[in-house]
Amino acid sequence: MIDLDTYVQLLGLVQNSIIAGAVLGLVGGLVGVFVMQRDMAFAVHGISELSFAGAAAALLLGANVVAGSLIGSLVAAILIGVLGARARDRNSIIGVLMPAGLGLGILFLALYPGRSANKFSLLTGQIIAVDSPQLAWLIGISIVVLVCLLVIWRPLTFDSLDPEVAAARGVPTRFVALAFMVLLGLIVAVSVQIIGALLVMALLVTPAAAALRVSSSPVLVPVLASVFGFVSAVGGILLAIAGSLPISPYITTISFLIYVVCRLVGGRTRSRRRLAAAV
Amino acid sequence: MLRLESASLGFGRRTLWDGLDLSVRPGEFLAVLGPNGSGKTSLLKTILGQQRLDSGRVLLDGGPVHRGDRRIGYIPQQKLVPAGTPMRGRDLVALGVNGHRFGFPVTRKGERERVDELLDSVGATGYADRPVGSLSGGEQQRLRVGQALADDPVLLLCDEPLLSLDLAHQRGVSDLIDRRRREHDTAVLFVTHDVNPVLDKVDRILYLAGGRFREGTPDEVLRSEVLTDLYGSPVDVFRSRGRIVVVGIPDAETHDHHDHHADEHPEAHG
Ligand SMILES: Nc1ncnc2c1ncn2[C@@H]1O[C@H](COP(=O)(O)OP(=O)(O)OP(=O)(O)O)[C@@H](O)[C@H]1O
Ligand SMILES: [Mg+2]
Repeated sequence: MIDLDTYVQLLGLVQNSIIAGAVLGLVGGLVGVFVMQRDMAFAVHGISELSFAGAAAALLLGANVVAGSLIGSLVAAILIGVLGARARDRNSIIGVLMPAGLGLGILFLALYPGRSANKFSLLTGQIIAVDSPQLAWLIGISIVVLVCLLVIWRPLTFDSLDPEVAAARGVPTRFVALAFMVLLGLIVAVSVQIIGALLVMALLVTPAAAALRVSSSPVLVPVLASVFGFVSAVGGILLAIAGSLPISPYITTISFLIYVVCRLVGGRTRSRRRLAAAV
Repeated sequence: MLRLESASLGFGRRTLWDGLDLSVRPGEFLAVLGPNGSGKTSLLKTILGQQRLDSGRVLLDGGPVHRGDRRIGYIPQQKLVPAGTPMRGRDLVALGVNGHRFGFPVTRKGERERVDELLDSVGATGYADRPVGSLSGGEQQRLRVGQALADDPVLLLCDEPLLSLDLAHQRGVSDLIDRRRREHDTAVLFVTHDVNPVLDKVDRILYLAGGRFREGTPDEVLRSEVLTDLYGSPVDVFRSRGRIVVVGIPDAETHDHHDHHADEHPEAHG
């Protein structure tokens, strides 16, 4: 273990990582609410594998890794959005894209001559390895996603609930659905840098899933989801810098524990409500 | 007000309807009947501008219909809101009021009042703050009516709004829609398998079957000769105590993509 002074010094060094983690946690939680309502957990996984392939290609070519990851993500998100309007089509398209992306990514990494530590950080995450200008990009992208998500919030909610009625009521459903895919692609690319392609769901699915266990309020669910995402991301980073283990396991464990607690609490209130109704 | 002019629609080699001329007056209650797969939902989709005609045209107040026309209220073929959806009763209705608006999701005071008004008009105030996913089918259906009425539509399209409701709720929901058209002169297109719950309200019937159709008052359409001609095989229509029972609808006409068997429940067909 390290003493407090060293810890505070380390904190100063990773300050930007903490900010990036905090913003991602908040925004990821919000995006997750729609991922759950649109039944897109599998799509998140698919997009992150292509994002990984893009990042790996950038690493091999000596290009900007964040840019590579963004391109991979956006290509996947738009393909899934355009070809997979219906849930069943979507799942088969993701099922096809995912191994292709992962395979390509592994090939690029195998060809890459550099240090191996860098290689695996794309799969399992290592925010500390991301340099400051890139962190600024990650924070900026997350904020753009946040603002755009708030702007399309209501039409997106309508489209997620019932696309046909939404279209009849004047929602440009195709645009809204595609816009959401683009936002999802952007936030996945950011998450890949921070917790790695394999673990993206810990920030984009688990917090929202946990929030939905304890509430069905349209205000409380997004608020809780982003608080859970924030706590997982920031908590994970704070714990990790004290030791020598990577960040991702801390983030995934915190987010998982939050989910377990929410399930227990949610189960209790639900059965109590049922009891109350029976009386 | 609503006019279809020699409208035709088919999928692949199958014709759903051909040369359909129809005009609906304000405040008129038109029931659309027909077996599964006869193109009832497709007709509504066409009027909503979500489905293109093969030929002919659809006009609303003299102009061609288009997607997202807020003068039309739409209650879809029943889908239950999944349990756990983070939405209360009032939020479902609110989507009808401002769900199409982009911008930061704050509800204005006027919109909140409108939602309260709509909830009250469909008798849903009592469960407005409960999660939608936990409400019964009938309660959800009332909320959907409220949602569809948000902008005082001139035309209300209802796709099987009574499906899987018990008798009391069937009456409640159909009375609600009937009152609406009487008080606001809203024209209603009401798709249903069973005409009986709305028989006392219906002005006219459009009966679709086997790629053909027949249109007229209930007494003109719901007759043995007419349906026999439409189906091309003997069909009997009986009336007993104000109810209508149709017997003998051929099997081939029922494309059962829902768990509905026309022949076993003959009265379920208008
Ligand atoms: N987009 C489409 N592409 C191909 N076929 C379609 C399409 N939409 C509808 N159909 C077909 O058109 C026929 C009529 O469908 P529609 O949903 O209008 O029937 P319906 O009268 O509403 O039936 P139900 O009583 O079962 O609701 C069906 O056989 C259906 O398979
Ligand atoms: Mg139908």
